[in-house]
Amino acid sequence: MVGFLYQFGDAAAFLVLSACGLAIIFGMMGVINLAHGEFIMGGAYVTATVSKMGAPLPLAILCGALAAGLVGIVLERLVIRHLYHRPLDTIVATWGISLIVSQGTLILLGPSLTDMSTPLGSVTIGELSYSVYRFALMGVAVAILAGLYALFNFTRFGVLARATIQVPHMAESLGVNTRLIYSLTFGIGAALAGATGGLYAPTMSLVPTMGAQFIMEAFVTVVVGGGDVFLGTAPAGVALGFVKALMTTWQGQLAGQIGLLVAVILVIRILPRGISGLILRERA
Amino acid sequence: MSAAIDWRFPVRQILNRLEGPQTLGRGRKFWISAGAVVALAMAYPLVADAYTVGNTIYFFNWVFMAMGLCLIWGYGGALSFGQTAFFGLSGYAYGIVTLNFGAAYGLTLFAMIVAVAASAVVAAVLGYFLFFGRIGGVFLGIVTLAVTLVFERFMAQTAAPEWRIGNARLNGFNGMSGMPPLTIPWHGGDIVLAPDIPLYYVVLGLLVVVYLALRILVNSSFGYVVVAIRENPQRATMLGYDVRKYQLATFVIGAALAGLSGVLYTSWGQYITPSSMGITAAALPIIWVTVGGRGDLTTTVLGTLFLLGTFQALTIYGSQYALVVMGLLLVLTVLLAPNGLVTALAQLPQWLDRRFRKGGVA
Repeated sequence: MVGFLYQFGDAAAFLVLSACGLAIIFGMMGVINLAHGEFIMGGAYVTATVSKMGAPLPLAILCGALAAGLVGIVLERLVIRHLYHRPLDTIVATWGISLIVSQGTLILLGPSLTDMSTPLGSVTIGELSYSVYRFALMGVAVAILAGLYALFNFTRFGVLARATIQVPHMAESLGVNTRLIYSLTFGIGAALAGATGGLYAPTMSLVPTMGAQFIMEAFVTVVVGGGDVFLGTAPAGVALGFVKALMTTWQGQLAGQIGLLVAVILVIRILPRGISGLILRERA
Repeated sequence: MSAAIDWRFPVRQILNRLEGPQTLGRGRKFWISAGAVVALAMAYPLVADAYTVGNTIYFFNWVFMAMGLCLIWGYGGALSFGQTAFFGLSGYAYGIVTLNFGAAYGLTLFAMIVAVAASAVVAAVLGYFLFFGRIGGVFLGIVTLAVTLVFERFMAQTAAPEWRIGNARLNGFNGMSGMPPLTIPWHGGDIVLAPDIPLYYVVLGLLVVVYLALRILVNSSFGYVVVAIRENPQRATMLGYDVRKYQLATFVIGAALAGLSGVLYTSWGQYITPSSMGITAAALPIIWVTVGGRGDLTTTVLGTLFLLGTFQALTIYGSQYALVVMGLLLVLTVLLAPNGLVTALAQLPQWLDRRFRKGGVA
């Protein structure tokens, strides 16, 4: 029972963390960033490098997030900004960027970085031992959601961002610098991806294609969740985490992923706008 | 006496079906040059060495998948990232059928039909959930990509010997190999279509037939509805068309074409691996079709062949360099020439002409 709860929490945290950056960008701007996995990889690489230079892990992760966020802002200015009226082309262009970054990393930094060791050791409950770091990740997932909620509800940036998303031209005519808001929102999404990479860097092998291990889960969570991070991504992460943990304990890792996929295909047939679409329609 | 009129009439009628507002290229000039290109392609094996012929077949193999994507995305407006999933599915299906039943009595052709049908059926089931759930533009892309990635991962973990279907071992990451090439039963011994001149003509013939068939399709009333849906799904619905059925039909046709590519590729090289449908492989058809010009079949075919050649030439330096160039090309095309490079080049004379005339008036 404890084993299943641990699996469940771990899966839900992974889904929420993988998806939140993608979900912010999609929910706020309607853009699917296919280079999401590469931002995660970039964050992980920066984190590993900074921590190897002797910095404590939280600081290293922060550096990873910051680096990814800055690159995100630059990318938004150079490419994404020109494609807002062509959502399908944004996917295609970001896929091109993903190819350039992952293959470019392979050329510049070789097939892998030295792996980091997982900190915090393990704890024994009953007969099995569990990684403390993975418990910490569950806490971080909750903290990030809480932080985003605060950012979008209690700060001036959050109010302006929501105004921009709801009626862009109205916000603009009231003097909001909407281009800056879009830029920053994309940057926040990218920074969250970078943070996710940093958080998971100690737990996996650091290779240029590591982003691919996150994006399937991220896509599925965003599709099931719909456009809203709090009403969509969070519940979707929890629900899908349950499905994934159940299938994984029953049949193994791959069954967990297949379970996710089947779940998403069934959900879109019933809820094409995701969980948040359902909740928001019921409230309206 | 009236022979002169009699042969012209059917030719005109056929051309009328092949031409229309949905496709670039019409009239005598276009068809004569198209005929000349095909004639050149037919003469090519007579002057090229065996390796180059085999390699050209390899290029041709992929074009079917690209044309399928052109139909789904360029004409239908639905962006599918699942083409390589169907490519792999049909490739594996061809391997499983032929490894179990052998190649005698033209069974490989039967295997080809089964394999393509398998993709069509899976596409119909998946498409039912996607299109009848009326999911929007970007979601279709990411769900089909998720399906492709999971399928790749699934095939990659089938290394253990218990993953077998009859005599066919799936072989995990290393993929399946040793399936027989296509054969045509013939008096006095089957014709084995190894990557050589006979296979070249068969694939070239298929290519021409599929290209012309798709031209007829997109210029038919079906094609008009598909384009109407791309332009404005709501309007098409209001005009009484069931948008979902048309989208599903184009999706299935496109998937079957990807499956055909998969079968041809598998029988050509006698192997298929999971990485042929991974995220990098899945990006390639998107790149060919985008850079070529997704809005038209002809530009798609030309762009695909051009990029396949470029990619292979660059692979000499290492595939990672080739992929970086492809990625750059994709981003630049989307930003600077959204209708594709071939389309941009084709429109260049008109554009220059307009510029020139404007300049002249002013």
